[in-house]
Formats: sequence, structure tokens, C-alpha cells
Amino acid sequence: MTFPMPNLTLALPEIFVLVMVSLILIVDLFLSAKNRFVTYALTQITLLGAAWITVSTHSAVPQYTFSNMFVDDAMSDVLKLMSYVAVSVVLVYSRTYISLRGMFRGEFFALALFALLGMMVMISANHFLVLYMGLELLSLSLYAMVALQRDSALATEAAMKYFVLGALASGLLLYGMSMLYGATGSLNINQVATVIQNTTGNHVVLTFGLVFVVAGLAFKLGVVPFHMWIPDVYQGAPTAVTLFIGSAPKIAAFAFVARLLVEGLQGLVQDWQGMLVIMAFLSMAIGNITAIAQTNIKRMLAYSTISHMGFLLLGFLSGTLNGYSSSMFYVLVYVLMSVGGFGMVMLMSRQGFEAENLDDFKGLNQRSPWYAFMMLLFMFSMAGIPPTVGFYAKLSVLQAALQAGFVWLVVSAVLFSVIGAFYYLRIIKLMYFDAPQDETPIRPEGDMAMLISTNGLAVLALGILPQPLMALCAYSIQRSLL
Amino acid sequence: MSEGSTLLSWVIWLPIVAGLLVLATGSDRNAQFARIIALIGASANFLVSIPLFTGFNRLTSDMQFVELAPWIETFNIHYHLGVDGISMLFILLTTFTTLLVVIAGWNVIQKKVAQYMAAFLIMSGLMNGVFSALDAVLFYVFWEAMLIPMFIAIGVWGGPNRVYAAVKFFLYTLLGSLLMLVAFIYLYHKSGGSFSILDYHKLPLALNVQIMIFIAFFTAFAVKVPMWPVHTWLPDAHVEAPTGGSVILAAIMLKLGAYGFLRFSLPIVPDASHSLSGIMIALSLIAVVYIGLVALAQSDMKKLIAYSSISHMGFVTLGFFLFNNMGMEGALVQMISHGFISGAMFLCVGVMYDRMHSREISDYGGVANKMPMFAAFFMLFAMANSGLPGTSGFVGEFMVIMAAVKVNFWYGFLAASTLIFGAAYTLWMYKRVVFGAVANAHVEKLEDISKREFFVLGLLAVAVLGMGLYPLPFTEVMHASVNNLLAHVAQSKL
Repeated sequence: MTFPMPNLTLALPEIFVLVMVSLILIVDLFLSAKNRFVTYALTQITLLGAAWITVSTHSAVPQYTFSNMFVDDAMSDVLKLMSYVAVSVVLVYSRTYISLRGMFRGEFFALALFALLGMMVMISANHFLVLYMGLELLSLSLYAMVALQRDSALATEAAMKYFVLGALASGLLLYGMSMLYGATGSLNINQVATVIQNTTGNHVVLTFGLVFVVAGLAFKLGVVPFHMWIPDVYQGAPTAVTLFIGSAPKIAAFAFVARLLVEGLQGLVQDWQGMLVIMAFLSMAIGNITAIAQTNIKRMLAYSTISHMGFLLLGFLSGTLNGYSSSMFYVLVYVLMSVGGFGMVMLMSRQGFEAENLDDFKGLNQRSPWYAFMMLLFMFSMAGIPPTVGFYAKLSVLQAALQAGFVWLVVSAVLFSVIGAFYYLRIIKLMYFDAPQDETPIRPEGDMAMLISTNGLAVLALGILPQPLMALCAYSIQRSLL
Repeated sequence: MSEGSTLLSWVIWLPIVAGLLVLATGSDRNAQFARIIALIGASANFLVSIPLFTGFNRLTSDMQFVELAPWIETFNIHYHLGVDGISMLFILLTTFTTLLVVIAGWNVIQKKVAQYMAAFLIMSGLMNGVFSALDAVLFYVFWEAMLIPMFIAIGVWGGPNRVYAAVKFFLYTLLGSLLMLVAFIYLYHKSGGSFSILDYHKLPLALNVQIMIFIAFFTAFAVKVPMWPVHTWLPDAHVEAPTGGSVILAAIMLKLGAYGFLRFSLPIVPDASHSLSGIMIALSLIAVVYIGLVALAQSDMKKLIAYSSISHMGFVTLGFFLFNNMGMEGALVQMISHGFISGAMFLCVGVMYDRMHSREISDYGGVANKMPMFAAFFMLFAMANSGLPGTSGFVGEFMVIMAAVKVNFWYGFLAASTLIFGAAYTLWMYKRVVFGAVANAHVEKLEDISKREFFVLGLLAVAVLGMGLYPLPFTEVMHASVNNLLAHVAQSKL
């Protein structure tokens, strides 16, 4: 009996990140606190290297390895690249913030890279168990990151909540997967899809499994009615970690849904469509309405995330390639905006002061017109007002849902986004119309200042010329989810 | 003739770039510099827009100065611009009014000058974009983007209740616009993947679909016009906005809604427009009569003019839904004329407000004794506002009333009542503010208008009188397009 050697080049980015993170863990042991920036630099180099490998091993047709458990296709490459960018930006934004709060330690970077590795595995998974493994690696790293500030009661509470609910969700997901295994006799996504296409009987077990899988997915995405952890975790976690949770993991969650529902369970589209409709509707409703009542900006953005995830589902539930690429566009745009929004919260914070309350944004236009303008761009983009890119994200998911005939859902989505506009406008109102309460000058570090400006201008530039990103999404979806 | 022209792009992007330059001058230390750049930008913008009028082919109803380039291929969205006889005049009105607003805000605005000037320049570019966009998404982008500078202008430089007014303005308009967006997306799929407005004009639609689309458009445009009963944001926004904001709102933004009816509702869903025209006429007449009476009861000058605007815009929508040539041209003339007159009225109130910091009619009295030159201008505009023959206010109203009588005597009768109410509220206000003995010590200290104010009001006076005495250049331009539109609307799309 011989073991065929799997084609390792396809998994080279993952292998590289794994090697580097082990290296970083060891190197970090020998560094004194004042040389800790070496860890930071190594982390950024890892991301750069991974990006280089991903680009150079790109191939337009899907390629499988590890006995078809792992896939490297256009979608995985694009999503991985975006994840590197997101993590890299998050680390730049976090650097000052975490070093002022005693979190500038090797663990933070190692956990971030492990989380990234988990996401990469999820993005490339072609097998239920691989998907699950990636998800758990991501989740466990995130639980630990939330609890990184050991002495903060709020953070540990958030971590505990996150862990318990996350574990429950994982359990549901596994249970659902086992049902699907029972019904189809395989855990390989392609095989499951084929069996479902050809099967006529035993639909009940499949649907039963599907419900659990969708519930697990919904937990991870944070859509209503499985959204309870989001506000608490977003608020309780240190802002740097909130920023992390709100960025790249959403890309992985997108891949998760795409691999499971679209690639694996496309044959059950009639069944999951209905569930997604309800979840999308409720997420947009509860997310947007509850956000109005918040005074803490992190909590407000958490509810806003819930509503955005609802919008994201609009693309999926249309059940067409057009819809999936709209969802992909939406998630990438969402990450761009959310990174910027939380980045601004960190930019306003300083030693011993967390800019957590909405009132901390009062009079920002007088303190710093430039950063007020950046925040204005992020807020209008989240509200979906042109000429920011958020508008095209909404436009593309709405057109996909309308094409699939969900007229009333689209109309209610539109109504909820008017409600949503109110709380984004409130931030702009605080920044522009009110007098500042706090006159401390805002002086971010050079790299952060430059990056957040780039981020804001990207929201505007993509709002004027969204075509490249849209084309990229359409390309990768068409090449991968045929 | 006009193929390959980039004139419209210039008209749109020049003020936006100028606005960004103004913004770059930064803090109020460079205020004078910001003003000068803004003035240069606004003047250049106006000059660039003039060839649109002089080079316009009056014989055709086709789109002119067309620009077409792919923009977002994924959704087949194009950068498609062009004007016809309906939209061209509004671009001139926009550039003209923006120039006046920049001059009028020269000394009055002392706080964040650069941001103020930039907001109005950028808004000017975006409004030009709305009037010239021939692609639905492009139109929508300009339409919505315009809200941002206006929201900030009201909220930053407005009166005491500015935040409420700004948020109300924004949310009201956003709600309507988003439903319009849904209608666009529907048409996009229905037309097999086109966002071109001209394609929508030819698209056959079933009656129930037409009615749904009409309602979606109606929410967007009626809010903007504003028609009764969705007008309530306007008095708030007007009262709280700075003078420049009120002028732009009244002179141009309201016209955008009316323009939307002409470019979208009537040609895309003609059958629904016909079958719902009764309701539209009723709403228009309610605006004319009821809002006219409401205006009579106001004690705040800006509020009074705001209600008067709603009442006058009622004429415009009335003219559209009569479906005859005179009504529609009258409505268009009324739109342009109202742009001049309401702008002038708000500027007049602005002149007094800058000196007295009050908009209450009761705080004034006997202004004529102290500001004779101003009183003369104000008199002219007040007369124009009440529709005196010889001013531009008369032409449009008269045409619409004539057209209404042709359709139904009582429509014409009710519409004509505005000549009485309009005169009553405007002249009564004028009498209380301007005539009589000097009312108090503050009025005693008033100084007559400066050269700059004289210049601004003088330009508007020329426009109001010119259009009143010789409206032909205006109506001549719109003739072909209006006839074409009416012919198009007369054909059923079922």
C-alpha cells in the first residue's frame, strides 16, 4: 500500500503561515520588551510573504489536493488576499492602541496569525471536517484574543460569553454535518453535492441536517436570531480585538457560507433560501432598530454589523451566481468600511482614555477636519449613500434579490436602511454640528494616519469607480462556484 | 454638431474640483483666499454653462451634448450625459444661482468659510449632474450625493433648530429616493439589463406594474418638490438653513423633484400617469390653495416664503398632469421663474436677517425709511412672487391657469385663487415689514444694502423682469422637447 504524496504547493500559503507563526512564537521568547517591534515586523512580513505566494501560485481553474479535501480556486485566492490585507491593516491600526494597554506582546500577533490560518483553511476547505477544523482554529484564537486583557472584567465576561455560545454553535454545526453524512454517506463537499443532486428520497434527514448547519452558520455570521453574542463581545473586547473580529473573519464567514450552502447544498437551495429570507429580514430589522438606542459606539457598530450581515444574506438567498458575487462584493466592502470605522474609534483613543461613547466624537470637525471627513465617509458608506462604495454594495445585493423575485424583502431592506441611516447620521451630526467636549489634539502615528486616510479615500475612490472590485468578485465566483 | 462635446462634464466636474480646492485652503485664516477661489470657480462654472444655451439646437427633441462611456460594466452602467430642452435651462439656473450664493455669502459667513463655499460648489456640480444624467444609476448617485453637502450646510451654518431640520431633511429625502432605486432595479431586470433612462422610455409595462413604479417615483419626487402632504420637511429646512442653503433649496432642489416627474414618471409610466392624474391634480390644487392659506398665517418671513414655494410648486405639478402643451411649458417657465423669485426673496430676507438677526415679521416695520434701495428691490420681488404681469411670476402662472381652464373650469378657478392668496400673503408681509413708521431702535440702526448686495439683487431683478417681459427665448428652447414628451406620453405602453 502506498500513500500518494499530496500536492503541497496548493497549500503553500497555509504552510508558510504555519511555519512563520511557529518561528515568531520562538523568536518572541528571546526578545525583550523594547525589541518587541521585531515580532510585529515579522508578522507583517509573514502577511506579505503569504500574499506573494498566493499570487504566484494562482491558477484560474480549481485544483484539489489532500484527497480532494482542500481546494485552491480563484475565489479562495481572492478571499485569502483580502484577508491578508485586512489583518495587516488591523495590525497597523492596533499597534499604538495595544502598546498603550500592555497587549503589545507576542501572543497577540501569534493568535492573530493562527486566526488567519484558520480563516485560510476555511476558505480553501472542500470537506466538512476541514471546514470545521479551520473554523475551530479561528474561533479558539479569537476567544483567547478577547480575553487577552486578563484584568478587565468586561473583556473576560465577553470572552466567556463568546466561548460558550461559540461552542454551542460549533456543536450544532457538527450535529448538522453528521446528519448530512448520514444522508449522503460523504463529508466531501463535491460528493455531497452530487449525491444530493441525484437523490430523490430521504429528504427529511437532509433538511434536518441543513437546519442545524444553517443555525451554526448563522451563529458564526452573527445574524438574528443567533446574534446575541455580537454586541457583548464587540463592546467588551479591547477595541483592537473588536476590530479584528469585525474584519477578516467576516471574509472567512462568507467563504464558509459559500462552500457549505452554495457548493455543498446547492441541491437544497429551495430549503435554505426560506431560512435565509427570515434571517436576513430579522437581522436588518433588529440590527438597525436596536442600533438607534445605543450610546456606546462599539455596541452601535455591533448592531450595525448584524444588519450588514442581513444585507449580505440578500445576495446568497437569491441563489444565483450574480447573487453570490454580489454577496462577495458586499463582504469585501463591509470589511473595508468596518475596519475604517473601528480604526477611527482607536484613533480617537489614547493613553487611559477609550473613545467608546458616541459623545466622544462631538466636534471632531473642529478638532481635526480631515479625520472627521474620513469618519463621514465611513458612516455614509455604511448607510449606503453614494458616492461611497457602500452604495454599490447595497445596489448589487438588492438587484440580486430583486432578480430572484423577492420584491417585498427588497422594499423592507430599503426601509430598514432608512432607519439605519439615522444612527449613522447621528455620528455625523455629533462630529459636525456639535461643539467639542475635549480639546486634546489628535495625533496618530504616521503609518496609522496614512493608512486610515488611504482607507477613507478608498471608500470614496471605489465609490466612484467600483468596476475593478466588482469584476474581481464576478470573476472569482464564476471561476469557482460553477 | 454636439457629438464629442465634453461640455457637460466640465459643468459637473469644474465646480466639484473647485470645491475641493477651496476645501484644501483649510482653516479660517485663509478665509479670503477661499472666497476668491470659490468666486473664480463659480464664475467659471457659469461661463462654461453658457455655451449650452448658445449652442443648443432648438429644432430637435433629441439629447444634445451627449457623452457616453462605460462606467460599471458588471451592471451595464454608463457614464451617460445629455440635455434636452427640458433640462438645459436648469443647468444654467444652477450655475447662475450658485454664483449668487457665493457672492451673497461673502461676508455673512465668518465661520468655516472654506467648508461653506466648498459645500455649495460641490452641490452645484452634483445638481448639474442630476439634470444631465441619462443613466439611472448615475442619476441616483448624483441625486443622493447632493444630500450630503446640503445636510452639512443646514446643520453647520443653520439656525437654532438646525439639527432637527437637517436630519428630517435627510431622512425624508432618503426614504423617497430608495424606493425610486428599487424601481430602477426592477426596470433594470425588466429591460434585460439596461440602466439607460432612454431605454426605459421605450419599455412596455403592464398597468399594475406601472402603477407600482409610479408610486415609487412619486415618493422620491413628491418629497423633493414637495407636494402636499409630504411637504413638512421644507419649512423646517428653510427656516433653519443659512441664506445660501435656502436659496439653493428653493431655487434648484425643489426643481429636481419636478424635473424627475418629467424625465421619469411621465415618459416611463405614461398610462399610470394618466390614470393617476386626477389624484396628482388634486394634490397640486390642495398645495396651491391650502398651503397658500397656511402661508397667510405665518409670522416668520422665511417660513412664509417656504410655504409660498410649496404653493407655487403646486402650479408646476398641476401643469405637468394637465397633459397639454401650454400647461407643461407654463410649468417649466414657472420652475425657472420660481428659481429666480424664491432665490431673490430668500436673499432679501437674508439681507435683513444679517442686520437684525430676526426673521419675525413683528420685529420689523418701517424698513423703507432706512433702506430705500432695498425696499425697492424687495417690492419688485414681492410683486413677482404674487404674479404681477410684467414679471416672470406672471408668465408661468398665467399659462398654467389657461391650460387648466381648458381641461376643467374648476381646476383653473382654484388655481387662479393663488393670484389672490399669493398677493395677500406676500404683500401683507411686505407691508408689515417695510412700510409704516420705524418700529424700534434696531430698525432705526439699519443700513441700506452694500454694493455687493446691490449687485446680487440687481442681477436677479434683471432676470425676473427680463423673463417677464420677453419669455420667448426660454419657451423657444423647450418647445421641441415638450412636444415630443407629450406625444410620447399620449402613446400607451400597455
